[in-house]
Amino acid sequence: MAYLQITDAILVKKYVEGDENALNVLINKHQSKIFGFIYSKISDRDISNDIFQDTFIKVIKTLKSKSYNEEGKFLPWVMRIAHNLIIDHYRRNKKMPMFRETEEFSIFSIMSDDSLTIENEIIQNQVEIDLRKIIEELPDDQKEVLMMRMYQDMSFKEISEITGVSINTALGRMRYALMNMRKVIEKHQIILTN
Amino acid sequence: MAKIYSTKTLAITTMKPKKETISFLLNYSKALSIIKVNKMSFEVIAN
Repeated sequence: MAYLQITDAILVKKYVEGDENALNVLINKHQSKIFGFIYSKISDRDISNDIFQDTFIKVIKTLKSKSYNEEGKFLPWVMRIAHNLIIDHYRRNKKMPMFRETEEFSIFSIMSDDSLTIENEIIQNQVEIDLRKIIEELPDDQKEVLMMRMYQDMSFKEISEITGVSINTALGRMRYALMNMRKVIEKHQIILTN
Repeated sequence: MAKIYSTKTLAITTMKPKKETISFLLNYSKALSIIKVNKMSFEVIAN
């Protein structure tokens, strides 16, 4: 392994001249540092391997096209390429984040099915029907305010303008509507939970 | 306590890429040739 003694500059020169083994030596010599650097930023072996590979594809293309000039040192140059590719990776992932299942992190923790089961759906419908029935029992003025607020999502200001009463009256009617509904629920022991 | 800290760690401390990655790169390098014609450059992959 006399190659290991040779400086990077000479290895690069040999490679550019067509000595393929020089690349092998360069990779072997620096693989731990470069891969370690990538892994320290990415923390995923497979993605680190991909970035390591892309880094050296760039290195190979630049060297083969003879556009590399030994201004700095070989290793810092490769590290800079790797660094730029890591930034690219994070930019891409920002747009489309990827989650990978690990021991500590389960993919199902972020992938939950929000839709109700058939049973819960039936209960939900029943609760809504019960609630409607209770609302129907309310005095008209209270029912009107409650319907506007809860089902039409109107503000109390809007409600007061439409019904022609002050905001305070509208608020009071809403309060009485809720109090009356609670009374009916308690009296008949209606369960309105899913 | 001393035992815990004196046992050798099982994890490999030196990080290395997969052998397949290295072998791909070496093969890619062997297959690739870049030809420059005037200001244009062509990449040729010998398969």
